[in-house]
Amino acid sequence: MSMLQWLTRTRTGGGNFIKKIICSNLTLCPNQATASSSFPSLLSNSRNRKGANFAFGYSYSCSSTYAAYFSARHYSSMKAGEQILSEEDEDESTLEENQGTDFPGGQIAYTTKMNFLPGSSEKRVQCYRVLDEDGYPMQSNVSELVSKEVALKVYSGMVTLNTMDKYFYEAQRQGRLSFYLTSFGEEAINLASAAALSSDDVVLAQYREPGVLLWRGFTVQDFANQCFGNNAGHGKGRQMPIHYGSKNLNFITISSPLTTQLPQAVGIAYSLKMDKKDSCVVAFFGDGSASEGDFHAALNFAAVMDAPVVFICRNNGWAISTPVTQQFRSDGIVVKGQGYGIPSIRVDGNDALAVYNVVRSARQIAISEQRPILIEAMTYRVSHHSTSDDSTKYRSVDEIEHWKTVHSPITRLRKWVERKGWWGNKEESKLHFEATKQVKQAIDEAEKEEKPPLRDMFTDVYYELPSNLMEQETMLRETIQRHPKDFPKDMPL
Amino acid sequence: MWGILRQKVGGATCLSPQGVGSHMLRLRPVTSALRNYSSAAKEMTVRDALNSALDEEMAADPNVFVMGEEVGEYQGAYKITKGLLDKYGPERVVDTPITEAGFAGIGVGSAYHGLRPVIEFMTFNFSMQAIDHIINSAAKSNYMSAGQINVPIVFRGPNGPAAGVGAQHSQCYAAWYGSVPGLKVLVPYSSEDARGLLKAAIRDPDPVVFLENELLYGESFPVSAEALDSSFCLPIGKAKIEREGKDITITAFSKMVGYALKAAEILKKEGISAEVINLRSIRPLDRATINVSVRKTNRLLTVEEGFPQHGVGAEICASVVEDSFGYLDAPVERIAGADVPTPYAANLERMAFPQIEDIVRAAKRACYRSGTMVATA
Repeated sequence: MSMLQWLTRTRTGGGNFIKKIICSNLTLCPNQATASSSFPSLLSNSRNRKGANFAFGYSYSCSSTYAAYFSARHYSSMKAGEQILSEEDEDESTLEENQGTDFPGGQIAYTTKMNFLPGSSEKRVQCYRVLDEDGYPMQSNVSELVSKEVALKVYSGMVTLNTMDKYFYEAQRQGRLSFYLTSFGEEAINLASAAALSSDDVVLAQYREPGVLLWRGFTVQDFANQCFGNNAGHGKGRQMPIHYGSKNLNFITISSPLTTQLPQAVGIAYSLKMDKKDSCVVAFFGDGSASEGDFHAALNFAAVMDAPVVFICRNNGWAISTPVTQQFRSDGIVVKGQGYGIPSIRVDGNDALAVYNVVRSARQIAISEQRPILIEAMTYRVSHHSTSDDSTKYRSVDEIEHWKTVHSPITRLRKWVERKGWWGNKEESKLHFEATKQVKQAIDEAEKEEKPPLRDMFTDVYYELPSNLMEQETMLRETIQRHPKDFPKDMPL
Repeated sequence: MWGILRQKVGGATCLSPQGVGSHMLRLRPVTSALRNYSSAAKEMTVRDALNSALDEEMAADPNVFVMGEEVGEYQGAYKITKGLLDKYGPERVVDTPITEAGFAGIGVGSAYHGLRPVIEFMTFNFSMQAIDHIINSAAKSNYMSAGQINVPIVFRGPNGPAAGVGAQHSQCYAAWYGSVPGLKVLVPYSSEDARGLLKAAIRDPDPVVFLENELLYGESFPVSAEALDSSFCLPIGKAKIEREGKDITITAFSKMVGYALKAAEILKKEGISAEVINLRSIRPLDRATINVSVRKTNRLLTVEEGFPQHGVGAEICASVVEDSFGYLDAPVERIAGADVPTPYAANLERMAFPQIEDIVRAAKRACYRSGTMVATA
């Protein structure tokens, strides 16, 4: 039987079957020498398929533990996880074998061993962290990492964001807002990354990073104004809630189509390069977003153009109801960087100090070496995807509760700052009281504010108001005057 | 010679499109025939016109840069960017990996930050892979950001059919892009159009979709001394009366303008005086010029190569019916490409697109001179 036939399998059929096995079984399954006997029927099915699909060693992981994986297939020449690099070959091969050829793109040496690079490595890429789950430093020099001022500002920001999310979500449930999206569980990524950047760094976010804006000076009132689409906000009522933006704060307006912000980020970095500025571009995106075509184009391009972009992926395990096991087969997002020639790192996204340190370092490299960096921040989406989602429909309440409590980034940082003597119960109560008051007030104010005037429907379509839109506005005003009962009374003109 | 002219006026500050436009209008009112200049002697291909426009705008503004597949080392898939890499270097003439979505997105991003990219699509058929960035990142950004982020980007490349390139290389996108608020859509015909409109597009603070035509690249047109000046600019949103007439108005854009002019010659021999309007701009559409013309001639024939349903002709017809219904003496005739993906075989391809004879017959129908009322005659 030829190698080709032996390698045939159906991807989707096998994949889902195996996923079901793993996700209900949270233990680690080490390499198995042969394909397990539990799915021979799948294999025989797959042999009937026309054409051969090469299938390499898969590793699957369950979203809730990151610990379980399963190696699906093996070939006589290799086990999944085996390094295929030429170190071994060089010892054994003869001089003739090792002579390379100058292919377009560089020299490549030869080998007589037919080795397939595995789809993924046996061990997952490790996660950089500074504080353990209980907020104890895992190294001795943690204190030099961040000043008291910065640490407390990060902490306050996290609590404020959490509070804002809580009440804005409630406001949507009460019918006062049409839509809202929270960042529960991801507060560390939001604030600690912002703290590590300079205000000249241009930020392109996805939608779960309002903490970055908060850090830079967007007030809770500003957030409320945008969400209510009123006239006091700078948004002129153009966008649906959570689509914030601020040119002054170097935060590009949120755009709904996923991942479009990544190639845009590369474009902005190109512009910064031409200006030779001491700043970089930071682009946030989620684990699901990384499946979009724009992700690949952006990373590839950034590497080719030597663009100073820091790509930060919030791998929170879920893309609405799609878990990461259904989103990709790779070891998360961090390994994808290497595919484009981009240095990458995985960080514990719930450890504020680790995020701060990594983003600060990445930023340095990006600017001094003028190259892109990829950061994958591991976390968990405690939130429902948005107010349009009820995630208990596709995941267990226990799982959500577990991550909300045991892995809370806010609790973890609080324990550390408390032990440092920088924070106490008094400060904690005061912060919660102030934040709650601020948020509630902002919502009430924003709700009462006037909506934008009619003129704002027509401006900014183009840089200058064109004649056809002026005509339309005139006609509309005439119609309103002639038929006032057809239009709401309180509409500002 | 035009090279010397360019150097002489290279120092001139660029007038805004509106400024130049009104300047142009004062000299030559839109309704007059614009073709004959006493000083016109120089001919220029559309290709050279586009190349010179790019060159001049890049020289005048260091923020202008060109990006696309094969625009650099290869000198451009259709040689429109010839010589630019040598002159301006790889930072300003960027050869990209093959990802329209990628480089369109990157272009938009750079425009967000103040650069003025000119993005080339090898054909607008490939812009489909980037259309999200054109619409959702470029067209809507100024509006959605409440005026904070304007996008001074130009997307350009050949549009519509060429010759024998089949369905996926032949579609006309004028109607698709023309329907999107926030975009400006330009369709040059002659070399003067190409120069003036591309320069205006590059200087414009809004995103512009610039639809060229592959078969016109090699065609030569006379250009006036004024058009050769480096500050030359045509106003966006103004159509041009290529030929005055009194019996029927024929609107066309891009290659079809040439066909309409030839049809007008034939019609003249049959006693029909056709007024040919070169639209130059799909969005904004110069409804004023079209309506003024129809009120004069009382008959309208629209010509385009794109698909008929929801096409440019449909919009023009609706506009004229809304504004000048009482002036129409005959139903509006609409000529468009066949409602099929473009076939390859030469005979089939010829029948899938309007020919001069189709325009002539339609004009005669509108003038009740054809003896049959059926539109397929």
